[in-house]
Amino acid sequence: MTTLERGLETRQAPPRPAGGFLDRPEWLGPLMIGPAVLFIVLVVGIPFLLALFYSVSDISMGDRTMRFVGLRNFIAIWGTTNFQTAIWNTFVFAIVSQILVIVLGTALALALLRDFRGKWLIRFLLLLPWVAPISLGTIGWLWIFDSTYSVLNWTLETLRFISPNDWYMWLGIPHLAMGSVIAVHVWRILPLATVILLAGLSSIPHDIHDAARVDGAGYWRHLFEITVPLIRPIMLVAGLFGLVFAFTDMIVIFVLTRGGPYDTTQVLATLAFFTGIQGGDIAEGAAIALFLFPMLLAVAIGFLRVARRTEVV
Amino acid sequence: MAIVETQDVIKLFGDVKAVDGVSLATRESEFLVMLGPSGCGKTTLLRMIAGLEQPSSGDIVIGGQVVTALPPRARKIAMVFQSYALYPHMTVAKNIAFPLKAQGMARDERQKRVERSASMLGIGHLLHRKPRELSGGERQRVALARALVREPAVFLLDEPLSNLDAKLRTSARDELQQFQRQVATTTIYVTHDQVEAMGLGHRIAVMSGGKVRQLGTPQEVYHDPADTFVAAFLGSPPMNLIETPGYILGFRPENFLPKEVFGANGPLLSIPCRVTRLEYLGSDRLVYGTTEGKFEGHRVISKLPSNISAPIQTGERHEFATPEGDLKFFDPRTGLKAAPRAL
Repeated sequence: MTTLERGLETRQAPPRPAGGFLDRPEWLGPLMIGPAVLFIVLVVGIPFLLALFYSVSDISMGDRTMRFVGLRNFIAIWGTTNFQTAIWNTFVFAIVSQILVIVLGTALALALLRDFRGKWLIRFLLLLPWVAPISLGTIGWLWIFDSTYSVLNWTLETLRFISPNDWYMWLGIPHLAMGSVIAVHVWRILPLATVILLAGLSSIPHDIHDAARVDGAGYWRHLFEITVPLIRPIMLVAGLFGLVFAFTDMIVIFVLTRGGPYDTTQVLATLAFFTGIQGGDIAEGAAIALFLFPMLLAVAIGFLRVARRTEVV
Repeated sequence: MAIVETQDVIKLFGDVKAVDGVSLATRESEFLVMLGPSGCGKTTLLRMIAGLEQPSSGDIVIGGQVVTALPPRARKIAMVFQSYALYPHMTVAKNIAFPLKAQGMARDERQKRVERSASMLGIGHLLHRKPRELSGGERQRVALARALVREPAVFLLDEPLSNLDAKLRTSARDELQQFQRQVATTTIYVTHDQVEAMGLGHRIAVMSGGKVRQLGTPQEVYHDPADTFVAAFLGSPPMNLIETPGYILGFRPENFLPKEVFGANGPLLSIPCRVTRLEYLGSDRLVYGTTEGKFEGHRVISKLPSNISAPIQTGERHEFATPEGDLKFFDPRTGLKAAPRAL
């Protein structure tokens, strides 16, 4: 053995550092990820499985027995008018609000991409709805839409668009009520969508925009043939999240209209809540809540596929 | 075909003068290179010619028309960017066709033109690929084809070769020059690479600190630099500059050789040197030394072609010399070229 090799030999086994199992990746990794897994299992996994379980049973509040009934709950709700109305309303609410969010979000993000005086103020104001608690914000809107004290009506009257005798009942007339809940939902989701789209826009290299200008593209061609196609993947992701959120959320509608007037703003989430929790028919509530699950899953998979296919860079 | 002029163009970014009163004019069908270190304002000047930046003052004139207030698309220019800026979501064919589409050209005519410019650059077989499926050299050709397809009056090229590897760069340089000759379109080319500038340009505008230090043919800027900046920027290694009271003396390393090499021809300026370091570069040897005698204490470099085999050792004192006819003189206050004087 040469001296060199001997030297290597002695260095081969360094003394084990003190510190115990926390220094070993096979322990530390699971330990760090454990709380997150536990959280998801407790808050998402178990309730989801319970809902699946309830939806095929005849469980109700105040009744200690529970039998398996197969798909009877699903068949029963399908035939009722208020379920059919709720499905229709859910689609109108989710799709209209998402289209508005994407269009307005893109416009806002394009505006915020430029440099102008007071940009920080606009950004701050834009993010405000996102950081405020949703229910508080929505209660604020309840006052804005109030039939007697409505600041909207007051403004319209002051600007002489309407007379004092025809103040709108924003939340009491079917189409106005749907318009109002959509408006508030858009107000609420817009900041997040704008921030996501802004990130997408900032990731486009500046040279591409310069090249389009030199190549002679006007504003609209530049927007629809260069900018929008380049942020399409991120638009799809923002759209997907927004859509799933709009399909499953109930805070805005619960606070503003409770599904009224005459069920015209009743969506599946509120219907499930009123039937299952307030009405006590847990099994039917679970069935309503789960009704859209297969469809949303398909939507999510479809969106993610398209997003991956249009990935450009 | 057009002449591009900049008239006293100034560009301020805040308090910084990026371009400081540049007046330049190209010639018809000329290949003009703007050469300078990074931050010298050359790209800003190019972007102002393109219309991507607005000059703080001064005018841009293309083909006799003042275009300062016109948007890029109204200037009959085409630009190739350092990153090529190909549209990643479009095929090569659509990339090349985009400027034509923006002009509102009919589909048939568009296709004909796309095929023509693609075949001119040898990328006809790539038309259905997306930019991400192309190599660096292919992307660069697509960018050129996109610039060529609208038959612009002026080509503006912003370091188009800097993203290619060294070997490809040499062949791309060759192709670029042939291409420019073929289309005979006025071309303004921005680079920080003096080899590209010397090899491609009909004339070179050497820039520094937002100003054009010298505008001239490659021979002029190399052999007759207007000031010490140009002298030290061009050439590898750069010109030796020896500052004395009253003048700065300049001589190129390749003219500064061991005295015995010159034999008896012509008057020589002899400068003894202490050799501090040797570099063997294959085709050349670089000798780093410190001057002694009359011009004591300056660092100088001598570049010996490999056919000169004079034995030189580190640490020894050796007599070097340069022909007096190759000496340059500069004013020590302004750095500008000065008249030759007797030594």
